Amino acid sequence: MSYDLYQEQIMDHYRKPRNKGHLDQPDCKAKDSNPLCGDSLELELKLDGDRKVIDVRFDGEGCAISQASASLLTVALKGKNLDQIRRLTADDITKMLGIPLSPVRLKCALLSLDVLRLALRPLLEPNGSPPTSDEPSSASMEQGAGSA
Amino acid sequence: MAVTEAVVTVDVERIREDFPVLNRLVHGKPLVYLDSAATSQKPESVIAAEAEFYRNTNANVHRGIYQLSIEATEAYEAAREKVARFINARSPREIVFTKSTTEALNLLRYAWAGPRIKAGDEVLSTVMEHHSNLIPWQNLQNQGAILKHVDIRPDGTLSLEDFHTKLTDRVKLFSVTHCSNVLGTINPIRELAREIHRVGGLAIVDGAQSVPHMPVDVQALDCDFLAFSGHKMLGPTGIGVLYGREKLLEQMEPFIKGGEMVREVKLRSATWNEIPYKFEGGTSNIAGAVGLGAAVDYLEGVGMTNIRAHDRELIGYALDEMSRSRDLTLYGPLDPDRRGGAIAFNLADVHAHDVAQVLDAEGIAIRSGHHCAQPLMERLGCVATARVSTYLYNTEEEIDAFLEGLQRVREVFAP
Repeated sequence: MSYDLYQEQIMDHYRKPRNKGHLDQPDCKAKDSNPLCGDSLELELKLDGDRKVIDVRFDGEGCAISQASASLLTVALKGKNLDQIRRLTADDITKMLGIPLSPVRLKCALLSLDVLRLALRPLLEPNGSPPTSDEPSSASMEQGAGSA
Repeated sequence: MAVTEAVVTVDVERIREDFPVLNRLVHGKPLVYLDSAATSQKPESVIAAEAEFYRNTNANVHRGIYQLSIEATEAYEAAREKVARFINARSPREIVFTKSTTEALNLLRYAWAGPRIKAGDEVLSTVMEHHSNLIPWQNLQNQGAILKHVDIRPDGTLSLEDFHTKLTDRVKLFSVTHCSNVLGTINPIRELAREIHRVGGLAIVDGAQSVPHMPVDVQALDCDFLAFSGHKMLGPTGIGVLYGREKLLEQMEPFIKGGEMVREVKLRSATWNEIPYKFEGGTSNIAGAVGLGAAVDYLEGVGMTNIRAHDRELIGYALDEMSRSRDLTLYGPLDPDRRGGAIAFNLADVHAHDVAQVLDAEGIAIRSGHHCAQPLMERLGCVATARVSTYLYNTEEEIDAFLEGLQRVREVFAP
């Protein structure tokens, strides 16, 4: 792993985040943080009658990977319907970022996906169709408190 | 504890030859290891001592009649004697082997504080503690204890004014770090212990960052308990130490019950072995203790005063250089006499993880995150910091490499 991590696309999205801010009346939203890093992320979505994403915003702070990942994800979300979003996996996020990540940095990258799932949970669960579970993403990657 | 004379009698180049890992390349560059506050590297003698124990001596201790067990017991107890001498305990009976500083502090929580802390009693600590010296005390609140934490001054030293404000005769224990793993601050343990004893409380010291880096004498400090870890002082992981005054250890019930720690067992009752064995339930990390003994030998060979002087020199140099850069925020006292071998910092608004990641590409290992001190991060008003920490095998050239690495971070993250 090297500076490749901070390739042009990631630094571009980190410095000039797309869709950063808040929506007037979002249909769903969620907020979460990664206490290990101090990354925090808030995501708001607006859907049309076909449950397709027509607008999305994120806000938050954290490392370049977490913030660029959120920005990239919001771009990808526009125009997608709930079914397509449900099928998004950790792999899709790393592909979007286009870089190999160590387990600790993967947590940073996947914060946006976690928040997305959190935001959509009320829309998905009543229909008995919870988000696809590819648990290697974050839930099973809890980092312990570590040593000093 | 300050060694102001920078008479460096540490032959770093020779010392480095003893640490095999320092020869390796990381991402094609020589490893620059600046994370010894998290864990230290190990000299060949420690690695060999542990391997040698398994090759030639391995047996369980304190039980066997046969030769191998006798030798294993001797090796294990010899390590205890070395550790006792190293911190100037009055007797090896005052040295309990644990798996870590964390376990040692938990032992005190359950074996000392649990049965003794009553509703209304106060438990004093500080805002600069590692989680391992905060969390164990928290559920004492369930039995009515009042937790108080001494604040820091703006320069990152402990506020003695706040200490005196919070010190009442209801304080039963004061658990404090000797040296902060974030701020580097060295706390005046002897003075603090004297004040605690004046109100009839006990002084518990987290020595995880001090015992590896400076001469520590429990009798001079006059602390009641001292906890530290083997792996931060050139020893193996999984072995830690609790020092306790003999009289106090005698009064305490065991923490972990099972094999090894008993005298006589009936189906519904048991009596305990003598100290320190009654606190070492289950088969101990025998090879780890032997390795820790070898680590103590190594440290004593170099000399703790010399190691402290070397750390001080490197940290002083790094602080001088770093405090010249306007985009660096440094945490903790700037006077190297008042701090140990760790410097926490932030570079402009670059996240600490990004700083560490760019340095990693240069083969430079530093820590980033909250350093298991989230309340302190909150107190400092940041979510994370980067941290560089030194030890006896680090050189000024490595500090230079780190400073150059920071330049690379600036380039990557230039606005």
